[in-house]
Amino acid sequence: MSGFFIRRLLQGVISIIGASMIIFVISRLSGDPILMLLPNDAPTSMIEETRRNLGLDRPLWVQYLIFAQNALVGDFGNSYRWKMPALKLILDRLPATIELAMCGLLFSVAVAVPVGVMSAVHRGGWIDRIGRVFAMLGQAMPAFWVGLLLILVFAIKLNWLPAFGHGSWSQLVLPAISLGWYPVAAQTRIVRSAMLDVLDSDHIRLSRALGTPERLIIWKYALRNAAVPLLTMLGVYFAAMLGGAFVVETIFAWPGVGRTVVEAVFARDFPVVQAGVLFTSILFVMSNLLVDLSYGLVDPRIRNGR
Amino acid sequence: MGASMFRGVPWLPLLVIAAVGVCAAGGEAILPFDANELDLGIAFKPPFWLAGGDMTNPLGADNLGRDILSRIMAGSRVSVIVAFYAILFSGGIGAVIGMIAGYFGGWVDTLLMRLIEIQQSVPSIALALILAAALEPGLSTVVVVIVLTYWAWYARIIRGEIMALKGRDYIAFARVAGVGTPTIFVRHLLPNIFNTLVVLATLQVGQVILFEASLSFLGLGIQQPDISWGLMLADARQYITNAWWAITMPGIAIMLTCLSSNIFGDWLRDRLDPQLRQL
Repeated sequence: MSGFFIRRLLQGVISIIGASMIIFVISRLSGDPILMLLPNDAPTSMIEETRRNLGLDRPLWVQYLIFAQNALVGDFGNSYRWKMPALKLILDRLPATIELAMCGLLFSVAVAVPVGVMSAVHRGGWIDRIGRVFAMLGQAMPAFWVGLLLILVFAIKLNWLPAFGHGSWSQLVLPAISLGWYPVAAQTRIVRSAMLDVLDSDHIRLSRALGTPERLIIWKYALRNAAVPLLTMLGVYFAAMLGGAFVVETIFAWPGVGRTVVEAVFARDFPVVQAGVLFTSILFVMSNLLVDLSYGLVDPRIRNGR
Repeated sequence: MGASMFRGVPWLPLLVIAAVGVCAAGGEAILPFDANELDLGIAFKPPFWLAGGDMTNPLGADNLGRDILSRIMAGSRVSVIVAFYAILFSGGIGAVIGMIAGYFGGWVDTLLMRLIEIQQSVPSIALALILAAALEPGLSTVVVVIVLTYWAWYARIIRGEIMALKGRDYIAFARVAGVGTPTIFVRHLLPNIFNTLVVLATLQVGQVILFEASLSFLGLGIQQPDISWGLMLADARQYITNAWWAITMPGIAIMLTCLSSNIFGDWLRDRLDPQLRQL
């Protein structure tokens, strides 16, 4: 039991170290960071001295160790643009991103569960068929286009909801829907197939035979079991939301990590890009880790075998 | 085979795919107008079914009076080129790594699987952002980002298939008979995973097109004056209040193309490799 947890935790740590290596190597591809720190007309002696001070004259793997050591204590350097520690900038924006990701997830589950359940109960019926059409459409529409269409219809034509900003509930609706739109299809499919399995099981047939009301059977006894696969997958979907947030935050001027990193890319603000990407990766790995651990809790076969 | 081979072929999606292919191959020769030609006289001209629109510019014009239909047709070229190279390289690299991991097993397998896990711990769009910050944005960067994101997907699935194949008698016989490892790979393993590769590649088309559009929309993909559907949407966003058609039409092009390739991919999967159904 604990062996599984420790092994999986160790894998998570290795993944994060690997991610930090990828981020480090890619940012070094862009050329000499010294030239971005110093003015263009800096004398050669000054360049050499700064290079020595920052350890940039050492081999690449030593440089990586310096980067990793600083990253461990939360030091990614100062943002070139905002003149404040990059990590603080990211942490300040993090709550807004988590708020958006949570609401996006809530939206997708709120749609996927009833549609998935009804599609399974009335298999081949009109809900099942419409659900399948929407699933096909959902997989073919980029999140940012969904966002733009929502703005066009609900903010510009109907003037019901604001098109951007952060703070009130009404400003959360459109971004959350654009973010939650894409995973609805996959989640519906998970609920539907789990529901089909459960409805076919002995304990449900027994409940039916005993004359339990159909509504109670479906929404209480069956759904409670059918929800397990979706619940264990929620971490994966939360992680996917963090990726989607980069685009959706940009469209809706949402003050989160995603938009900050996108802006930092254009400003060539490397400390912020590194801190933001590494931080998202850590959240990503942690969500996936939680998924695996929850599988282990639910299904003993996984934690014992391979 | 014969007639049954074509039973249930999704003709409509195939037609859409063919149309996109023709537009991409035809290039400038088949465009109604030069896709970058400005004509401020027809700026914000609506599509033909609205008042003020006509069949000269059936889908209307954008803020600079460029013909939207011509631009959509021209933009298909980028989608096709990106999809072709991205799938070729991610599928090729992923297949080779998956075959090596699955066939040799042991520490090679452990190492490669760890590499896959590490790669998948960075969200792909974040990887794209940091690459775009480091390299020049453009078509080749988009391809590099997609290859880095998707090779692991191929590798994981191919590895599983190879592990199942490896235990078959004919592979063991070949080995005992002294057939070299490269020959086993090319003659005995590759033909058996070929169907899987084709199905995976077809299912990837839609995802690649969405990915390219998102990157270009953020300004990290295709750059002006090249034309991409995602870039058109980024432009149209600036004047979303003036011309709703400029934001709708390129999106519909993306949607129809992805929808068609997904439907075709599903059909192909059911035909060639039904075991992949859980994808």
